[in-house]
Amino acid sequence: MRSSVIIFPGSNCDRDMDVALKKFGFKNQMVWHNDQSIPKSDLIVLPGGFSYGDYLRCGSIASKSKIIKSVINFANSGGLVLGICNGFQILTETGLLKGILQQNKFLNFICSNVFVKVKDKQNKYFKDLKKDILELHIAHNEGNYFCSNDELKSLEDNNQIAVTYCGEDGTENETTNPNGAIKNIAGIFNNNKNVLGMMPHPERMIDKYLSGEDGSLFFKNILDNFK
Amino acid sequence: MEVTEVVAIDHGLKKDEFSKICELLKRTPNLTELAIFSAMWNEHCSYKSSRKHLKKMHTKGKQVIQGPGENAGVIDIGDDDAIVFKIESHNHPSFIEPYQGAATGVGGIMRDVFTMGARPIANLNSIHFGSPQHKKTRNLLRGVVKGIGGYGNCIGVPTIAGQTTFDESYNGNILVNAMTLGLVNKNKIFYSKAAGLDKPVIYVGSKTGRDGIHGASMASATFDDKIEEKKPTVQVGDPFTEKLLLEACLELMADNSIIAIQDMGAAGLTSSSVEMASKGNLGIELNLSEVPCREEKMTPYEIMLSESQERMLIVLEKGKEEHAKKIFDKWNLDFAVIGKTTNSKKIELIFDNKKVAEIPIDLLAENAPIYDRPWKKTKLPQKLKFDKDEFKSLKLSDCLKKILSNSNISDKKWIWDQYDHTVMGDTIQKPGGDAGVVRVHGTDKAIAASVDSSALYCFSHPLTGGKQIVCESYRNLISVGAKPIAITNCLNFGNPEKEKNMGEFVECVEGITEASKYLDFPVVSGNVSFYNETKDRGIKPTPTIGGVGLISDYRQMLTMDFKTEGNLVYVIGKTDGHLDQSIFARELLNEKKGPPPTINLFNEKNIGETVLDLSKKKSYCELP
Repeated sequence: MRSSVIIFPGSNCDRDMDVALKKFGFKNQMVWHNDQSIPKSDLIVLPGGFSYGDYLRCGSIASKSKIIKSVINFANSGGLVLGICNGFQILTETGLLKGILQQNKFLNFICSNVFVKVKDKQNKYFKDLKKDILELHIAHNEGNYFCSNDELKSLEDNNQIAVTYCGEDGTENETTNPNGAIKNIAGIFNNNKNVLGMMPHPERMIDKYLSGEDGSLFFKNILDNFK
Repeated sequence: MEVTEVVAIDHGLKKDEFSKICELLKRTPNLTELAIFSAMWNEHCSYKSSRKHLKKMHTKGKQVIQGPGENAGVIDIGDDDAIVFKIESHNHPSFIEPYQGAATGVGGIMRDVFTMGARPIANLNSIHFGSPQHKKTRNLLRGVVKGIGGYGNCIGVPTIAGQTTFDESYNGNILVNAMTLGLVNKNKIFYSKAAGLDKPVIYVGSKTGRDGIHGASMASATFDDKIEEKKPTVQVGDPFTEKLLLEACLELMADNSIIAIQDMGAAGLTSSSVEMASKGNLGIELNLSEVPCREEKMTPYEIMLSESQERMLIVLEKGKEEHAKKIFDKWNLDFAVIGKTTNSKKIELIFDNKKVAEIPIDLLAENAPIYDRPWKKTKLPQKLKFDKDEFKSLKLSDCLKKILSNSNISDKKWIWDQYDHTVMGDTIQKPGGDAGVVRVHGTDKAIAASVDSSALYCFSHPLTGGKQIVCESYRNLISVGAKPIAITNCLNFGNPEKEKNMGEFVECVEGITEASKYLDFPVVSGNVSFYNETKDRGIKPTPTIGGVGLISDYRQMLTMDFKTEGNLVYVIGKTDGHLDQSIFARELLNEKKGPPPTINLFNEKNIGETVLDLSKKKSYCELP
């Protein structure tokens, strides 16, 4: 499976993503934000970081960058687009995903392990995933997902909520919600479920010596579903 | 403005220092020249009070590639890999403006490391605040933590360990010490020594603004009531630009275009250009009209003193200008040829086609004043006599609760949760343990690092305190299974013009030296911060040790959590019941006198080596 990771000025999880993708067998290449086009890919990843310093608003400048037109065209033609953390913020700014990411409820940056519940498996990312609850890792200041009531209803009606913050046992409530996101939302899909944006970083959880290894399941599953 | 003694004193120079300048120059300097002298001769840049004593430090060792005197120290960790590291203070600015002060402290130390060609792989910090009840503490703590996080998180370097303490002696002077470790190929290390005549001098990074003017002088003075007026001397950080600068510099360093490179830190363009020329025994000519400026009508005086952040000075091979410019254009950074190296052994400044300053380099560097300040020994306090019968009335669980809830003991997770400690994907021991550990990317090796200080011990008896902190660092590294290799130190003290404070400095350095020699744990870099004093009240002496160790196989790392039920727990080393200066004595018995525990370096080394040996034999439980 061929993948491309887009590097924006200020991206800082691009290398981590490259390492993770290659570890599980993706043929990955790095693409500079100023390039006109993206090499032939089966998956495009917008990595975490602080694109363009996240000045103005997280992800907003990146959503107007040169490369982004190709990303949008790729997404609209059904290609898999994954946005992690800042990548999720960029995807909401482009309009590929609904809603916005506000500052965390307690106004602090949070770097911590979290549990997320996989809400929908009828898609190329989570289909046949062996676990329902994954232990992943978050590191963000603006991960507090919000959208209008109408948008929320349509996300729910179409099963577009991908993952939600929960406890180890799956409990979803205020105490298992690290950042105040509406309905504990940690990640969502677009209508066709080929575009996934999520705050947690699977690429930081890829071996037992790190914070955990549930990220490995995530990457392997994408590959398995592609075969 | 005519330069007089009064103007010189306003620039932080002493009367006799000013007459020495006139004598050396054989004329009165103009205002720009005076500014350059004041920047180079202040305590922060010249180490004039400390240099005599720092020379005695133990700085050599088998694995030391570069000791003190460069942007950072460098140690060999085998297979052509080397670790570049240093700790630095940003105390004065952080008290005036906590967010920006702390943020630019982190930015500055990271530049010191990547200037040498290393990619930063870990950050640490040691921060010290006044009493939790003091009205300023909450705001300062919040600002500093946000600042450290704001900068480090944005750059994408994990903050893997740290230390936070509270003591009323920091009520008027908080301490913010930031440490960075970087990884470099030992054959591709870059230094600040200029070489070769007529080589282009390049300015890269952010534009120069009016922020941070006199920053280094501010950091070389005590505080008084007019502290708010000093706000403009604090620099403003832009981590995004630093991230671009980091990537651009490392890209340029991949080939052989750079002869010398130096970050513009304290005293900005002045100290960077003088240091590069001084080390290369050359002269330097700068055309200040070519310096990219953020504001209009900046004068040579302002350009030379500005401490705007995220800037570098590079001496380039001739003919490589276009190649280098392409890289900086790609990263959207300013790039300007602003001068050249000369054989005049002078710094010569041109502005609007006129020469505006001309000073022999040696007057600024080697001829800077060195003081042998008078100092007083601290006597070892009498050991306290505790009436152990009295302890019988104390309930053990109450004591334990009080100790564990003491602000200096309690969990600091709420602080380090605000620092990204997992970015770069190699953090295998997070903050909260004895030392942070990151893997050397793509290898079996891992690097452990910790920061330690013990102001109570150092205040009670500086000589013992100095030894203690080195030993603590040694123990912390061994506790994670790492072989201790070298240290960096940040020496935070009060006013060196006071005999007591100077004595604390001298004896702490002596203690550090003795322990580091015995343990073969050399000092490879560091920084001195004096004048941590407000309205005549100084801080407790707070030298901070940043220790670095190597784990040759990261799978053998040790962690502090109990692994399974039924494991045996041992105490290694003798417990002799020393209570003086313990939290128990200070907080529960209100006994603040007494000596710190004695240090026995033989035992320290013996136990350390034994434990390290055991860890390799897998006598411990492995990671689950």
